[in-house]
This record gives sequence, structure tokens and C-alpha cells, in this order.
Amino acid sequence: MPNLATNGRAVVLVDGCRIPFMRSGTEYVDLSAYDMGRMVLKGLLTRTGIDPAQVDRIVMGSVIQNVHTTNVAREAALGAGFPNTVPAFTVTMACISSNLAVTSAVELIGSGQADVVIAGGTETASDVPIQFKRKVRKKLIAARKVKTAADYVKLIRKLRPSDLLPEVPALTEYSTGETMGQSADGLAALFGITREAQDEYALRAHRQAAQARDAGLLAQDLIPAMVPPAFTPLTADNGIRDDTSIEKLRTLKPAFHKPYGTVTAGNASFLTDGASATLLMAEETAQALGYTPRAYLRHYTYVAQDPGRELLLGPAYAIPAVLDAAGLTLGDLDVIELHEAFAGQVLAVLAALESKTFAEKAGRAEPVGAVPMETLNTWGGSLSLGHPFGATGARLVMMAASRLHHEDGTLALLAACAAGGLGHAMVVERA
Amino acid sequence: MTMNDSEPQASKTQPNPMQTNYLSFEKDQKLAIVWMDQAGSKVNTISPEALDAIGGVLDVVEGDDEIEAVVFISRKPDTFIAGADLGVLKTMTDPAQARALSQGGHALVRRVQALGKPTVAAIHGAAMGGGLEMALACSYRIATNHKKTKLALPEVMLGLLPGGGGTQLLPRLVGIQQALSMMLTGKNVYPRKACRLGLIDALIFRHGLLDAAKQAARHLVAGTLTPRRNDKERAARLLEGNPVSRRIIYQQAEARARKETRGNYPAPLKIIDCVKTGIENGLEAGLEAEAEGFAALVFSPESRALVSLFFARQAAEKNPLKDAARPVAHVGVLGAGLMGAGIAEVSAGAGLDVTIKDVDLATAARAKKQVWQSATKKAGKRILTPFERDVMTERVVPVDDYASFAPVDLVIEAAPENLNLKRALLADTEAVTRAGCIFASNTSSIPIAALAKASARPETVIGMHYFSPVPQMPLLEIIKTDQTPDWVLATAYETGLRQGKTVIVVGDGPGFYTTRILGAYMNEALLMLEESAAIEQIDDAMERFGFPMGPYELFDLVGIDVAAKITEEMSRYETARAMNTSAAVRKLADAGYLGQKSNEGFYHHETAQGRIKKKAVNETIYAFFGGARRKTFDPAAIQNRLALLMINEAVYCLDEGLLATARDGDLGAVFGLGFPPFLGGPFRYIDAETPPAIAARLGRLKAQHGERFAPAPLLQEHARTGAPFYGD
Repeated sequence: MPNLATNGRAVVLVDGCRIPFMRSGTEYVDLSAYDMGRMVLKGLLTRTGIDPAQVDRIVMGSVIQNVHTTNVAREAALGAGFPNTVPAFTVTMACISSNLAVTSAVELIGSGQADVVIAGGTETASDVPIQFKRKVRKKLIAARKVKTAADYVKLIRKLRPSDLLPEVPALTEYSTGETMGQSADGLAALFGITREAQDEYALRAHRQAAQARDAGLLAQDLIPAMVPPAFTPLTADNGIRDDTSIEKLRTLKPAFHKPYGTVTAGNASFLTDGASATLLMAEETAQALGYTPRAYLRHYTYVAQDPGRELLLGPAYAIPAVLDAAGLTLGDLDVIELHEAFAGQVLAVLAALESKTFAEKAGRAEPVGAVPMETLNTWGGSLSLGHPFGATGARLVMMAASRLHHEDGTLALLAACAAGGLGHAMVVERA
Repeated sequence: MTMNDSEPQASKTQPNPMQTNYLSFEKDQKLAIVWMDQAGSKVNTISPEALDAIGGVLDVVEGDDEIEAVVFISRKPDTFIAGADLGVLKTMTDPAQARALSQGGHALVRRVQALGKPTVAAIHGAAMGGGLEMALACSYRIATNHKKTKLALPEVMLGLLPGGGGTQLLPRLVGIQQALSMMLTGKNVYPRKACRLGLIDALIFRHGLLDAAKQAARHLVAGTLTPRRNDKERAARLLEGNPVSRRIIYQQAEARARKETRGNYPAPLKIIDCVKTGIENGLEAGLEAEAEGFAALVFSPESRALVSLFFARQAAEKNPLKDAARPVAHVGVLGAGLMGAGIAEVSAGAGLDVTIKDVDLATAARAKKQVWQSATKKAGKRILTPFERDVMTERVVPVDDYASFAPVDLVIEAAPENLNLKRALLADTEAVTRAGCIFASNTSSIPIAALAKASARPETVIGMHYFSPVPQMPLLEIIKTDQTPDWVLATAYETGLRQGKTVIVVGDGPGFYTTRILGAYMNEALLMLEESAAIEQIDDAMERFGFPMGPYELFDLVGIDVAAKITEEMSRYETARAMNTSAAVRKLADAGYLGQKSNEGFYHHETAQGRIKKKAVNETIYAFFGGARRKTFDPAAIQNRLALLMINEAVYCLDEGLLATARDGDLGAVFGLGFPPFLGGPFRYIDAETPPAIAARLGRLKAQHGERFAPAPLLQEHARTGAPFYGD
């Protein structure tokens, strides 16, 4: 057994929870990220019984900013009833934002700056900030200084009606102009992943999630959400497609590269609203407060590649890096939680881990190896559970721990890709 | 520079040239700064002595040519001037004294206005009654935009009128309609609204008040600032600008006041009259009418009763066992019906964490929904910010399990009225709560001792009886048993105060105090129906008497099934006295006449847009009371029978020790049951009518209708000695 202890203090996951993840534009359509963050933080307080004054820091991941709540972690914490003396900050790193929240907490605890930290994330894709075009924004700001009617006329003279059309932000990579779906399509092709293989994997994701849900396994990390004005308790994710089949998936048209691409709405993760939160402590603090830790958070890393060619391949770099650092191999792992941006992307990562060519390119003598499918995302993944950008990372941490306990395993690995060509991986050990 | 949240900072000035028990006065360059600071009191009040002190300041200002302007400001943390000292009113024995007080105020108003030097009222905190009137006399008003700043002329709530010039100054400043609205409701006006109305000239952040007031004063002196006046909306100006439409305004206000008071409260009409006299016949005539009206009202029985209630309520705000109370941060509520949700709302509003349980999560979540709806309504009125709404709502956690009650400090049970059910809930709750957790039942009828038998720690079982709708009804009736230790009682009391309730503590027994006297009253109404009375006639008679609604409308509101359940629970514990209980309620409930909730009760009801509207009398219900033929009763006879039975029962409760004081009995009846406030409560009513007169009336009723009207022994005793129930 390799020595997994890192230099700082041991950091443990005490508990975690999430509100059900919902397809954008459905149950949480009227909520902001602040609302969901508040709900999940209050839920975590209720569930763990921790005195909010005992929390040293709150860190939340979030990607799409709402200008009214730019530090959404702080507003959500105040709304949830935390004393105003608990500092809170928001971190952003695309789809691995709440992984960053978790590792920020690990650093704070490991370095002795904090004993108790809440790390999570919150995201709505139902209320993205829609803006006027830059030209109009400039004029609106200039208009604040206008004094006379003549100035106004001067200011708006050159505006065309079409200038007033709002801009809806697209999920494109700023540096390349490519959408994520286009990139995933390209990545799948690079590794020879067929449309059939992607549809098969997507079907698996929905089947696994449905099975886990029906067995009551998902419920342990869920808290009910009660949304105004109806306040009907929502207790399950609504992204899992019970009725999907390989036949249905086959009929879907390519969503990005038309008409010959392979990524469809069926084998891509969907826009999702949701929030998650974990309670992390120094191991000795957990003991002192009488909590039974669920897992140790061990080695982790972040990697970055060319956002043009390998936008979503981060895990293929992060996984070997973190396994090497911990002295582990794939065979040591009982549980693997891999974020599923696209079925094609997951399969490309798996192919890369097996590929000798890729290993050489990445500067390794041997490939990492074949990931045993029975360890991978057996309770579903982002393709079926959904992917609120800022909240998925904490979901991966919780699920890794819950699966370790359920499957009586010892070691878990979680990994995720993110826009910008970023990637993350972390080793979690059952406590 | 010091950080001081509680007091405005004094400026660097010359030594105080004047210091009294009510104010200190200092000169700041060419300004006179008058710091209102009543010695030995938390707040500033208006009394003859305070008026004298202000008069003294005016003497100085009038005689000192160096002083160019005056600023009035308070040194109290969160009040400007809280209003007249009601203690002074209580000690007055002659209307001439009241008239003199009013005239003293008027003299000051005249002097301030004739000063020839600008006067600035710098307001932070409450400016009420006489305090606002003083500000109104000034040439300029500036207020902080702080939450604690509020302005009102609340005299009408005490059966009085603003006697310090308010009925004259206010309409001249904000217009007749706005002034009447403020004076007839007594409502608080908050800074932003006050500024919009023209009641306030400018707003400033809290710690800038003195500086801003001084700046304003200097500008007023220099003529570089002219307060905007008479810039009311054009429609209002048109309407109030000519005598014909003004007459319509007065008439409408009078008609509305008559309808709302049912002739029971003289103050509103007097207020309208003062405004009318002043606007139509000039300021001096108006002030004269105001002084006369004030003197008359101070000595009116209505005002005496309302002032007595005010003092009773103030006394009840002090928890006699405060030091024994243990901290409560988290309450558990069992049952998420209207009652449970209301308790959750007032608790969350008081900053308590609330865990609320019902049979399933969806049912429990309805309480959270109700809290959110109510808070959203408040946010719409700017009483709460949207963020405060979120915080308040998020404090309420609906659950469907007992395990979640482990951390709570106090459980309040609001389940249906059934002893066995409540006992089961108690046992289940105790299994998870910690030893120091109090279990309070919101039962309205079941004796607490009977419930406590199911408890392993019966000393922690207490009654906390709220009234529906909880957020609106001011009373909390706490029921203690022989086993209740001080800390349990004190903790429940403190929680009630935090929830904004007026608290009374009563002894244990079926129906305790309020339900018991209400039960006697409601039963009598049913007996009268059996004697062929008409539903609307009885309801109307009791409304005229001063109840907010008649007994049958109340049956429909409470729920006839609930009333039946209460009657049954109470009849399990037979009292010695035969009450001739009507059996009709159970039959009605069994026949599906439940009241508002089934749209059919003593009245037909209609639910439209979430609101329940009372329609015509449900004639079919007469079949349960001897048929459709109804006869007419003398309204006075109806009032006599129903009210006196309730009052007599209240005396029994005092006699039996269920009530500790007559004061508690009055508070309970007025704030829990809607007993007419202008009568001051059952005991004030007896005192006003005199005990022998009441005993005699009961004696006559006994001869006509039977033993249940026999005067309570304690009443007979008072009738014999002639001693009132109140010693004051």
C-alpha cells in the first residue's frame, strides 16, 4: 500500500449534499445561482448539524456570473443564515470550478489556515446574462454623463435598430472560436470513436443512473429542493432518460457538425441547473467535533493543453500525473468517477489512456492502461445526471466517497475536463 | 473620530449654556442646537414639563440676537420623541388639565412659527404623536433613512386625537386626504414615503444627521434653501382646492369612520371635525376645536379603556422571570397547517431556526410556502428587502421525520385537537429531543396535565396557545401546570415576546381561559338559534357590540368540525356547573357543514382568487335548529346574554385562579378573542358598569334563562362590597 499522506494535515470529507440537478429551463427556471447556492448551503447545515459559526471559509465554484451576485458564495452564505463573520469566496475554472473549490479548501486546511471549510458550487444555465452589443453598452454608459437633449440626440444618432439586438453568450472557446460540441466531435474522430460507440456509452450512462436511482443510491447525497412559488419538494434529478434506447439515440441528428458529425443531443451532456456542497475538515477537527469522516482527499493535480486540439482531453494527462504522484496504478482503484462532457470525449480519454502513441506523446514510457468499465461511473455521470458547470466537481467527490462505501472499496479516482483545455484529477481514499 | 453606533456625535461647541431634565442646549456658531434628552428615560416624551423646557429654550433663542436658527435633535439612540407621556394623562382628574396640555402645545407651535428664525427638526428614530407635532411646527424637517426612523400620529389607537396641533399642521403640510389617512389609522410612515408625501424635506444617512441639519439651517438663514411646499399631485390639489370637493372628502371620511367604528369610537369623527374646522374656518378655530376635542376624548370611557389596555400590554412585555429563561435558537413545529405555518412564520421572523414536520414532505413544505408568500408580500411593501425575505424563508426547514428534531430547543405542537394523537406526538418527539427541550402544545382546549401524562419529563410540557391567523393575532396564552418550573415558563414567555406576542400566563384546565370563556359565549349563540333567533341578527348585534365578527361567522372561520372537536375535548372534563351544551355543532359537522373550508356553514362562502368571501346566510342550517321560522330578538337582549355569559365566565376563571390578574383576563379577551377594545376587556367593563349593576343584570338573565347566568361568587362579592376589579 503506497503512502498517500501528503505534506500538510489530512483533509477529510465529512459529508456533502446536492439539490437535484435539473435540465435548464425546467424546475429551476426562475432561480438564480444565488438561490440554489443558498438552498444547498442551508441543506448542508441542516444535514450535518454543524454550527455555522464553526465554519472558517466557504468556497463555491460558479461559471456564468450574475452581475448582481458576482461573489455568489458570499451572498448564498448570508442568505443561508451563516454569520456575517464567515468569509466566503467564489472560484471559477470552467467545468472544474467546484473541483477548484474543493482543492482550495484542501489547501486552506492543509496549510493550517482553516479547520472547517465548505466547498461546493452553484450554477444556472437558465438565466445566462444576455447583453446589449458593445456599441450600445458604450453609449449607455456614456449616457450617464449626458446633460442636454442635444447631447442625447448626438449620442444616439449613429445607432441602428439592429444594434439593439441583444447578444446571447455562446459556449464557444474564446481563443479558438470553436464550440465545445464541435471540439468533442473532432476529438472523437481523432481517436476513431464511432457514432455507435458514443450512443452506446450514452445509453449506458442513462441506464446506470436509473439503476442507481431506483436502488436508492443517489438519494443519499440529495436534499429536497423546494422552489417558490409552488414549494413542491423536488427529490430526484430530472435529466435521466428512462425511456431512451439505442434506436432512439440512433435517430438523432448531429448537433454541431451538420450533417456528418457524430455528437448529438443524445450523446452530449445537457445544460443543467443545480448546486452542491461538501463539508471538509482537518481530520483532527472532525474527530474533536464528533464527526465520522467519509473519505480522505489525497493527491490532486491540474493540467492544461492546447484548447484547439485537445480541449477536452485533460483527464488523459491529469490521471497519469496524479497516479504517478500517489504511486498508484489503475488496478489499485476501486472506483473511478469521470466527468462526462460528451460520450465521445469520455471514450477519447479512455482510448488515450490505452494508447501507446498517446503515452509517448505525453512523455510516458507506457500507456496508463485500460480502465475497467465496472469501476467507471457506475451510478451514471454528467451525461445522465446533468452537468451544472460550477457544481459537478463536488458531485464527483461525494459520489466517489459514497461509491467507495457502498462497494466496500478503498481508493477512488475522479477526473474532469474543462473549457480552456484544462483538466483535473484527484485521489480519494475511503475513511 | 470615534466609532459610535448608538449615539449621534456632538459637535465641538461652546460649553452648554443650558441643561434641564429634558434637554440640553448649546450654541454652535450662530446656531442653537437643542438636544432632546429626557433624564432617567429610554425615550423622550412630551409632558407639561417637557413643554416648559422647550419654552425655556425659545426664551433664550428669542432674546439672543446672535442665534440665527435652531436645530432640534435627540440624544436617545433610536427615538426622536416617542409621543405624549401617557402616565400624565392617566393622572389627570379634570378635562381642564387636558385642555391646558393641548393649549400649552399650541402656544409652543405659535411661538416657533412666530420666531422669525428658521427651525430644523433633525429626526432619527421614532417621531410619534407629540414628537411629530413638534417637528411639524418647525420650518424644515430632515430625517435619517434608517430602519428605526418612523413617523406617526397614533393617538386614534388610544381613542384620542393629536392634541398638539397635529390636526391643523399635518393637513396643511401633506394635504387633507393624506393627513386624514395618517391620523385615522395611526399608521407608521417610513422615511422614503414621508419624503414623498412632503412630511419630510430631506433624507440623510444616520451619522450625517446633525451635520446635514446644520447645513440646512444655515441655508435657510441665508435664503439659499426654500423648502418645497404645496407640491402635492395635481389631482389632489384640484380636489382639495375647492370647498365643494373638500366637503365630499370630509363626508366620505365620516361615512367610512362611522361604518368602521359602528359608532363605538368617538375619536375618528372628532379628528375629521378638527381638520374640517381648521381648514374651513382658519387655524385658530381649528386649534380651539382640537383642544376641546382632546380634553373630551381624554376623559371618554373609550380612551380610558384603550389607554388601560396600552398599559396592560406594556406591562405584559416584561417577562417577570426573564433571568430564568434558557436560550432558544431553534424551534421545531409539529403540523404544517394554517396554525403551524403561522407559528413557523412568526418564529422565522424573530430570527429563530424552524424545523417543521408533517406527515409527508409535501405537506410540511406548505408551511415554507406560506412563510415565503407572507414575506414576499412584506417585500412588496418594502417592509422587508428581497434578501431579508430569502433569509427568513430559508430558516424554515420542512421535514417528514422526527430525527430532524434532535437539535431543537423548543417543540411547538400544532396538530389536530385530539388527546391521543397529541400524546403520541409527544412520545415520538421526546424520543429524539434532548432532555432540556421544552414541549409546548398549541392546543386550545386539552388540559396540559392530561397531555403531560404521556411524557417522561412532564415538567417540560407546557401550553403555548396561539390564535389564528398567528401572524396577525397579538395574543399568546401560556398555560402552566402545577409541575411547570420557572425556567420552562420563562423560556416560553421569552419566545413569545420574541415572536412579537402579547403574553399572558394562565392556569391549566379544559379550555384554559380564552377557549373557556369563548365556549360559553359561542354555546349561548347556539342556544339562541335553538330559540329561533336569526343568524344575521345575532352576528349583527355582536358586531355592533364591538366584536370584529359575530359568533356564527367565527364558527365558519374556525371550522365547525374544529369547534365540535373542542367542545368534545372540553366536555371530557366536566365542570361542576351545568352549562346546557348545545349538541348542534357535532351534527352540523357530521352533515358536512364545516364552515369556510367546505364553503358551507352558517353562511355560504365562495372562494375566488384564493380569497374566501362570505355570502348569504345558509338557510338550510335552520333545519338543525327547529326549522326555518325565525323570530326577531331585541339586539340589546342578544348582546346582554352573549357578552355577560362570557364576562361571568371570566370572573369564574379569576376566582378559580386560572387567571392571576384581571389585567391578564382583559388582555386575553381583547387580543385573543376580539372582545371590544373600547370596553377595555371583561373586567374593565364590569368596573365601568360597576359590579353591582352587572350582578343585577346577570340575576335577571338567570331568572329568565336559567342557572348558567348565576353570577360568579367572586362577582357577587364585588357586587356586595362595590370594589372594582382594578385597584387604580
